[in-house]
Amino acid sequence: MNEGLKLNVERRDGLAVIYTDGYINNQGGEEIAEAAYGLLDEGFGTLLLNLAGTKIVNSIGISILIEIIEKMIEVEGRLSFCHLTPTIEKTFHIMGLAQYASIFPDEQAAVTELQAGAS
Amino acid sequence: MSELGVLEETHLTFRLAPEMELEVRACACEMAKSIRMSTDKVEEVGMAVVEACINAIEHSRAADGQLHLGLAVLGSAGADEPQGLRITIQDQGVGFDCSKLVPPRIEDNLKAIRKRGWGLKIIEGLMDEVNVLSGEGGTSVVMLKAL
Repeated sequence: MNEGLKLNVERRDGLAVIYTDGYINNQGGEEIAEAAYGLLDEGFGTLLLNLAGTKIVNSIGISILIEIIEKMIEVEGRLSFCHLTPTIEKTFHIMGLAQYASIFPDEQAAVTELQAGAS
Repeated sequence: MSELGVLEETHLTFRLAPEMELEVRACACEMAKSIRMSTDKVEEVGMAVVEACINAIEHSRAADGQLHLGLAVLGSAGADEPQGLRITIQDQGVGFDCSKLVPPRIEDNLKAIRKRGWGLKIIEGLMDEVNVLSGEGGTSVVMLKAL
């Protein structure tokens, strides 16, 4: 039923943006983690997850996002989110994720702040 | 909301399997939309249903391999206007002891090896009323959302 999560990555000056398209479940979460850890290995310490193409997530997928946040804290990096649906944003607040990862309304606002913070 | 009467009721049965939560979600969201629930609330219903299904898939160990969905449109007795939706997700699995559930905290979760256990907290945060009944006969998660 689920065709799987599709990911795209854009490398910018000082940060990398991961675009998701589809359901973030266990499989989708693992794919995001693989992309995020690959970008960390390339030297990107600031990652932005643009969830504009994701309307459904589940707690298994989010638990993998928590693993990525933990890793980013460990390496003094930063994971941020943008373009969340109101329900996904509310869920992140219920779980307390917003204390450890910034949430931006859109990519422009995120990039402006993250690039300023990285320089 | 629990004092309201049932205006309309539907029962569906699904086979417990990976990603069946998306089918159950679609049914619940369709019913929520049909009573003109706002888009944001429909999405919250959908997320809560996904979490209840995942708990059943992962933990119920139901011998019949089935999950039962109940959808009840709620309203005042004698009035036709819907006032909310009651969603029941039920399995006939092994059940669990609700008193032993410890609500997760992100500060502990970040340091823990196992980062799971968020389902019920998410459901309670998204729905207006939640009641979990569990025992040897299985588990029922009853969730209410006002219009």
